[in-house]
Amino acid sequence: MSEPVSALPGFRNEGMISVVEAGPCGMITMRGDLTLPALAKAMTDVMKADIPAQRRITHCDHGRVAWMSPDELLLITDYGAVPGIIGDLQSAIGDAFVSLADVSDARAVFRLSGPQVCDVLAKICPVDFAAFEVGEIRRTRAAQVAAALLRDAEHAFTLVCFRSVAQYMGDLLATVSAPGGEVGLYRG
Amino acid sequence: MLLLSCPCCGVSAEETEFVNGGEAHLKRFGPGSDDADYESYMFNRKNPMGVHFERWRHVHGCGKWFIAARCTVTLEVFATYPAQTTEPPAEVVARIKARRPDWEGYK
Amino acid sequence: MSHRLPDGGRLIDRSRPLEFTFNGKRFQGFAGDTLAAALLAGDQMLVGRSFKYHRPRGIVASGAEEPNALVGLGEGARFEPNQRATTTELFAGLKAISQNHWPSLEFDIGAVNSWFARFLTAGFYYKMFIHPRAFWKHVYEPIIRRSAGLGRAPDPETRDPDRYEQIHAFCDVLVAGGGLAGLTAALGAARQGKRVIVMEQQPHFGGRVVVDTPDMGGTRAEDWLDQTLDTLRGMENVTVLPRTMVAGVHDHGYALGYQRIADHEPGADKPRHRLWRVRAGLIVNATGAIERPLSFAGNDIPGVMLASAMRDYLVNWAVAPGKRVVIVTNNDDAYRSAIRLHEAGVTIAAVIDARPEARGPLPERARALGLRILEGMAVHHVTGHKRVTGVALCRQDGDGGAVSESLHCDAVGMSGGWSPVVHLWSHCGGKLIWDEAGAFFRPDPARPPLGHDGQGFVQALGSANGVMDAAAVRDEAAAAFGSEHAHPATDPTKADAPMAPVWMMPARAPFGLRMKMWLDPQNDVKVSDVQLAAREGYESVEHTKRYTTLGMATDQGKISNINGLAILADALGRPIPQVGTTTFRPPYTPISMAAIGGEARGPLFQPLRRTPLHDWHEANGASWEPVGPWRRPYCYPRSGESRHDAVMREVRQARESLGLLDASTLGKILVSGPDAARLMDMLYTNMMSSLKVGKCRYGLMCNENGFLMDDGVVARLSEDTFLCHTTSGGADRIHAWMEDWLQCEWWNWQVHVINLTEQFGQIAVVGPNARKVLETLDTDIDLGRDALPFMEWRDGHLGGISVRVFRISFSGELSFELAVPAGQTRALWDKLLDAGAAFGVMPYGTEALHILRAEKGFIMIGDETDGTVIPQDLGLNWAISKKKADFLGKRGMERPAMTSPDRWKLVGLETLDGSVLPDGALAPLEGENANGQRLTQGRVTSTYYSPTLQQGIAMALVHRGPDRMGEVIAFLGEDGKPIEARICDPVFYDKAGEKQNV
Repeated sequence: MSEPVSALPGFRNEGMISVVEAGPCGMITMRGDLTLPALAKAMTDVMKADIPAQRRITHCDHGRVAWMSPDELLLITDYGAVPGIIGDLQSAIGDAFVSLADVSDARAVFRLSGPQVCDVLAKICPVDFAAFEVGEIRRTRAAQVAAALLRDAEHAFTLVCFRSVAQYMGDLLATVSAPGGEVGLYRG
Repeated sequence: MLLLSCPCCGVSAEETEFVNGGEAHLKRFGPGSDDADYESYMFNRKNPMGVHFERWRHVHGCGKWFIAARCTVTLEVFATYPAQTTEPPAEVVARIKARRPDWEGYK
Repeated sequence: MSHRLPDGGRLIDRSRPLEFTFNGKRFQGFAGDTLAAALLAGDQMLVGRSFKYHRPRGIVASGAEEPNALVGLGEGARFEPNQRATTTELFAGLKAISQNHWPSLEFDIGAVNSWFARFLTAGFYYKMFIHPRAFWKHVYEPIIRRSAGLGRAPDPETRDPDRYEQIHAFCDVLVAGGGLAGLTAALGAARQGKRVIVMEQQPHFGGRVVVDTPDMGGTRAEDWLDQTLDTLRGMENVTVLPRTMVAGVHDHGYALGYQRIADHEPGADKPRHRLWRVRAGLIVNATGAIERPLSFAGNDIPGVMLASAMRDYLVNWAVAPGKRVVIVTNNDDAYRSAIRLHEAGVTIAAVIDARPEARGPLPERARALGLRILEGMAVHHVTGHKRVTGVALCRQDGDGGAVSESLHCDAVGMSGGWSPVVHLWSHCGGKLIWDEAGAFFRPDPARPPLGHDGQGFVQALGSANGVMDAAAVRDEAAAAFGSEHAHPATDPTKADAPMAPVWMMPARAPFGLRMKMWLDPQNDVKVSDVQLAAREGYESVEHTKRYTTLGMATDQGKISNINGLAILADALGRPIPQVGTTTFRPPYTPISMAAIGGEARGPLFQPLRRTPLHDWHEANGASWEPVGPWRRPYCYPRSGESRHDAVMREVRQARESLGLLDASTLGKILVSGPDAARLMDMLYTNMMSSLKVGKCRYGLMCNENGFLMDDGVVARLSEDTFLCHTTSGGADRIHAWMEDWLQCEWWNWQVHVINLTEQFGQIAVVGPNARKVLETLDTDIDLGRDALPFMEWRDGHLGGISVRVFRISFSGELSFELAVPAGQTRALWDKLLDAGAAFGVMPYGTEALHILRAEKGFIMIGDETDGTVIPQDLGLNWAISKKKADFLGKRGMERPAMTSPDRWKLVGLETLDGSVLPDGALAPLEGENANGQRLTQGRVTSTYYSPTLQQGIAMALVHRGPDRMGEVIAFLGEDGKPIEARICDPVFYDKAGEKQNV
């Protein structure tokens, strides 16, 4: 197997904030009724994770589990661990109506950090960051493309978008975080 | 620009996160239906001045469709509720009645 | 002459002189000046020419309401027309030019228009340019085009060098206007713990309070302002934004703020403008009021200004409008200007007060200071041309028959009362009421604009709400947010005396005077124009606006609207509130297009979707073709090779040996769950539930009209799982379509759809050597003809990379499509190029793809379909299941129009001369339809030169086409000449389909 190549390998930009493309990242889409006992059990057995509450992220040994919609979770883990986890989940779930898909290659992941990170994101996302808690996920748009934001810490976010627009996203983040564009809206 | 609350993910978001899907609670008429029913299903749409039920999808969010009960004149949003229903829930109807006593009700 | 006073000027810093030029002439101002203040300080009274008559125009106002002082600013790439001198902050090296004149501001040939003023009345465009019709193109239109428009557009070859951006913000209270009312309200709201944003359009705060009410009941206004701003800026829940105008108020508490970050620092390394997209719980409309002019003859001559602007220039920038000033008024407030000017050493020739008597506290104070006050008097006319030289006076209540006195002066300050700035209140549907006492419209608190919850979301405060007294403003604003001020209630003995609504001077002025009374100085609309419109039957204020162009200027009638509609009401014999106002629309003043575009320019203008092989294509000379948001290689021209030649080479290579296609843009949607087959049978016209695991089937999707909307190959991955390929442009649309049906119609079905389009890159390996090249790679898949037959798929590895191999063909050749995780697509592509070198492998682009499929008669969604084509039109009846009781589109196909034998159907075409038909060419018939259009019998849907057949081939939809094989019909060429073509089978190449099956 060849080394996997992420969407925008090595991309990094230091401006008002730091923007770093995260490299290959394992992601599994899990569709199903989140109240299904089989699903909860599979998550506990395989991921050692609880089902996250609405728009929340739970942490576990393998990585993170994010609430995407009332019938969808996103499992974030190491790229190489994905086939094994999918296999384990599949057998744990058995016949229950749950669908799994490896979407690791479909996405681009950026890590954004710095005290001005909310001001920068507010330039491209119609989101109230004062009401956006650490440990929360918010699916929205970043300028003209879909994006998911995970608030990792007060001043750190993970941004996930589709792979095909990774270059646009990198250019966009670099542009709106260029020095001189300081705002001072989110001062916390 | 409208502000809508998605009943599926609990987010209150601006219109740019959503896409409108036209009149809600249409009944599908497929093979075997008569011309009038099919025509009505395909082409005849309500265009009321006042209370209206319409489909919205949180396309830049959780991806779910929901239904908004909205006044087309004042743009007041009476309620939003999940799309898995063939008619507005009773509590939504009651809420609209409270705000629009003259409303003839959902037909 | 206007001039700078030796001291004073609260906003200027005399230690920082700034050089600038106006029409090439050098001037000097100070930091803190506006361009208008600095021009006045340099006695530049004349700043432009009017739109229609090219009359000389001077500065009238001190703020956003200025109608005249519009200049071209900057040069080269930074040139911008129509910049308002009154809101342009001065900076070193500023270059401004005046507009709307030729050859020069001082001598303008267009001014001859004013000799014909009698003929350029309201609606003259409509009247003059109708007859004779033949004159329109060669005489009227060129004249109008040359004289229309204000200012010069920037050079189209230049590109704006600055950066722009937007920001989304949320707050409980957005305060529009940082004056007394706005800051008081902001403080009250902030102290209640609300999230507050304050936007003030000017670089400084305080609104009119420092100029008009320097002493706020014992507190200096400046001290109050400094203290309040300090407090607000120190609060975490408050954002204070100068140079930021609330441009518009929109539905559900949405407002746009226009921040001019760096207009005054051109070239600074920061965004020039930032557009704030604010969602507020409550918007406080504290935008103040604007003084109205008075209508008297010659009120447009440079040197005639608003009385309040005179004291603004005096207090803020230490600029006096003249040496000898006449004040004309119908109210007490103008006396503030008279007194301030007098105290600054400017001679007040007289205060002309239209009221029969002026006995309020301010007139009495003026009298005590020795000022001459003429009661019951009016300006008969102003003398002067490019600047004021004097005024002639008469009785206000007369017909202007006798001039009683003439006064020499070099400036005239006029005050017709104040109008609340109600724009923001009105933008989103807030209603107004007429205030008799103040003769203005103010917000009707009972009818505010309504938000998403049905409650009002705009609150007007201060003079924007018609509260004109400073103490009362402060009380009102404080009370609005729960705090009370311990300062004395308004003292009635100190209040201004009532104003008198005076809409014309003198009251019964004859036509000769009325046609020199300007209502809208920028667009040259006069009292006589509005009266003429009324006489000609224009009763609606909206119609009158458009007929006369009143209030259509760049200032949108900020100073002219009320006066204009008062004249209209008078002419119609109706009360003003019955006539009403025109609609207030955003933006309040023009905002830059660049701010609206924000960061979306250059590479960020539109997101470009890139396949995993995009960089390779770019590095290897791809000539790009936009395909929706993607960019795909059209072909790969070699050095010195034309695009056409490259395409021909790529087609031949695929037919003869080996070609590679990046097919990554194809949609790939997983349909999974116990009800997957049931859903598939509803989505596709074919029977998909009968597809065996491991096999592929070409399928069609229709909408409920029965019209074909997408096609592609379906693979059954397991009993419960299908993979649907869609067209490149259709992936997101079809995924949304599936979700729609599942969520809104069949929500109990146990099936999920997951869009995997971007998870996989897809490479088509095409040509007689396709199998050979794959077999040279290390693989665990038996690719043999019988082990992996046509229309089947296998999972496995190729060259150590995990792949799914589909044996499908869109070219008619032996073909394998390889789906590979996006992150390893490039690695596989490189291996294929290496291995394929032995076969002369070449990548091919979309045009070769099209020719290959057209030679085989394969349809393309968007070419053969246009949203009105059903599968039967394309001869695809075989793909429509007759066994299924239902599928999407089945009912629609049953309609008589769809089953009619008269439909246009797909055929092939061969031109008799071998040439290539134009795309979209029509086959005409004799006769016309009911609309007088030529009848037609067919249309070309795809047309190419086929290097394989070495002739032009085409596909077309032709009336009863398949019944007319061999018939020759004519299509119109681009030159209108007919091109004869023979109707034939659309499959031009390998009709038996043997080549794909080897």
